[in-house]
Amino acid sequence: MMSKIVRTQANILYPLILIFGFYIVAHGHLTPGGGFQGGAVIATGVALVAISFGYGKIKKWIKKTNLTAAEAVGLLSFIIAAFTGIGTSFFCNWLANSGLIFGDTVPYGPNPGYLNTAGLLPIMNLAVGIEVLGGLGVVVMYMLSAAKASEVK
Amino acid sequence: MIFEELIQVLLLVGLIITAYLSIRFKDLLACAVSLGAFSFLLSLEFYMLQAPDVAIAEAGIGAGLTTAIFILAIKATHRWEVET
Repeated sequence: MMSKIVRTQANILYPLILIFGFYIVAHGHLTPGGGFQGGAVIATGVALVAISFGYGKIKKWIKKTNLTAAEAVGLLSFIIAAFTGIGTSFFCNWLANSGLIFGDTVPYGPNPGYLNTAGLLPIMNLAVGIEVLGGLGVVVMYMLSAAKASEVK
Repeated sequence: MIFEELIQVLLLVGLIITAYLSIRFKDLLACAVSLGAFSFLLSLEFYMLQAPDVAIAEAGIGAGLTTAIFILAIKATHRWEVET
């Protein structure tokens, strides 16, 4: 556990970092960045809270099994979303321009960018974001537990 | 145009200075913070070279996660570099 100044600024910065990460993931098909970058930003927020509060408190809030489960769920939903277009080909983007969810047609010419377009790409960005969040978060959590174990000795 | 070139020269000089400092420091915590500053300047340089995608990845992983992992490793071992 670090000093009170570090804990207070971590409390203020943590929701902002999380919101920015989810913004990057959700706008992956419109703006720079995507699933990997957004997941890395969210894992940075997890690392900030984990370092400033120490392993004794943080292991009640963030469980390593939950992060591993998030990794598995992200990879599974990615491969399932890829297999739904198997009627035409692997990774076929059958959802684009279909009128369903994320299925609007992109208008011609310059536009501000519409979120409800691009078919399977936002779903795959979300899956990759969840997977990278789990993977990098579990790296930080295992490093923290190893540091705690060597500190006791 | 001359303004962009000036900023790029400043960024590259800062990259060289932070890389040199991260080697020369005896305080390993200062080395980790210097490497974080190196990654931040490198992400700014990527942004100046019109690659915002790589810049976000570099800022998230280079300046955020690896600095955190270095600080954790220093907390578990010694802070000062010793002669062996």
